[in-house]
Amino acid sequence: MNAKKSQKIAFAVLLATTLVVVLPVLIIIIVIIKEGIPAINWQFLTTMPSNGMRSGGIFPAILGTIYLVLLSVIIALPVGVMAAIYLNEYAQDNLLTRIIKLSIVNLAGVPSVVYGLFGLGLFVIFLKFGVCLLSGALTLAIMELPVIITTSKEALSSVPLSFREVSLSLGVSKWQTIRYVVLPHALPGIMTGTILSIARIAGETAPILFTAAAFYIPRLPGSLLDQIMVLPYHLFIISTQIPNMPSKLTYGTALVLLMLVLTMNLTAIVIRTYFRKNKKW
Amino acid sequence: MTDHNGVIRTEKLNLFYGSFRALKDVDIEIAPNQITSLIGPSGCGKSTLLRVFNRMNDTIEGVKITGRVYNGSEDIYHGGTDIDILRRRIGMVFQRPNPFPLSVYENVAFGLRIHSFPGKSALDGIIEESLKSVLLWDELKDRLKKSALNLSLEQKQRLCIARLVAVRPDIILLDEPCSTLDPMATLKIEELMVELKKKYTIIIVTHNMQQAARVSDDTGFMLLGELVEFGKTSKIFTSPVEKKTEDYITGRFG
Repeated sequence: MNAKKSQKIAFAVLLATTLVVVLPVLIIIIVIIKEGIPAINWQFLTTMPSNGMRSGGIFPAILGTIYLVLLSVIIALPVGVMAAIYLNEYAQDNLLTRIIKLSIVNLAGVPSVVYGLFGLGLFVIFLKFGVCLLSGALTLAIMELPVIITTSKEALSSVPLSFREVSLSLGVSKWQTIRYVVLPHALPGIMTGTILSIARIAGETAPILFTAAAFYIPRLPGSLLDQIMVLPYHLFIISTQIPNMPSKLTYGTALVLLMLVLTMNLTAIVIRTYFRKNKKW
Repeated sequence: MTDHNGVIRTEKLNLFYGSFRALKDVDIEIAPNQITSLIGPSGCGKSTLLRVFNRMNDTIEGVKITGRVYNGSEDIYHGGTDIDILRRRIGMVFQRPNPFPLSVYENVAFGLRIHSFPGKSALDGIIEESLKSVLLWDELKDRLKKSALNLSLEQKQRLCIARLVAVRPDIILLDEPCSTLDPMATLKIEELMVELKKKYTIIIVTHNMQQAARVSDDTGFMLLGELVEFGKTSKIFTSPVEKKTEDYITGRFG
């Protein structure tokens, strides 16, 4: 076999293996869209489930997921950004810093069901919040932290040193320099990282299973201490726990969840591309 | 201290990067409202010395300083000096023109907005005055809201000087301000320096000996961390005392 021929074969094999990655994504999306689209209508998106969830809409689960995700990011963003500022701008390279960095890496590697049990132990039982929106959001916030800290730190360190030097040389204090020079220029990166972290946790089931999710609630959440319905858990229930569930509704729910996550990812990509294009330093 | 009228004066100044001694027993006295240039080959410590005056070396880890540095009668390393206030008095222009990715107006307004929050009309006035003082006003008065990143290199460097002038320093430190500019632009910046020395004391680090000879009143020649010779520019360039100075300015090394 000559060199040209073996090169062609190698190319074909490599391409084929790479396509194996694309295939499952395509199949999932195509099947879910094909089976789910018939269920999607205004009523499905905006009404309560009825008839033991076998008909009606999934409005409380959509709303619950949005509440949960928003609250978790409101909690995690300030903590994560402040930690990133400390690590990037102030921390010396010492034992404490190394311990913090190691913790962040490990936090990212903890299985999600362990987060769920942790949230159950700390927020639900020990702090007596009970199974509710707040407990779930706090648990998810801890899950988001490693991603927010890591991406924010990257965004901060990509702000050119010369910006800081100029600012300091004008008699602007270190904190003011961070506040008025570094942070504004790091903001797009921080936003991108935050949205990606939300997208990652929006579909999580395990962490909210013991901390926030309810099987069925006949009304919309009204306070932080209410149990809520959430899309991933709702999907799990209607797929496994309810006999004679029309599959149209199951796929419809999956489609809504998928679209929610894809939209967030897409937003992150759009923000990133927009600011990269307009960045000139 | 009555026999000193220098605005900056050092006594037995030594600076260490870790164990490396980058400045060796430097004694220098900078005269007010004059241009003082520091020349010498790369790595001689001239930029390091410049950054001692506004304590920009503080941001580098492992830097240690011994000796005294006075701004007027204030010992800026031992006198409990507020670094931020010191840097407002002693401003710096860098080698690469480095405007912020903001509009022309916002670049000049940057320091003022943070330091003193002047009203809109006061701010407008100071910005016009600052741009006029660097001879940019006529060129840019209709483009104040445009991005500073689209200016020419020379305009950018002028803008950086305007940004500094706006916070009203006493002393301007210039760290090779023309090294990225072409000869015509360099000449224009030099004319500007001569204009600015009426109001400010100027210290410039330069690689360009002709530049030092053209614009400065005093010149210091540095080599391997030592201030070899310091005096009137005319004297340094025509009849230097030290053999090493003569070798350098006649181009025998460097």
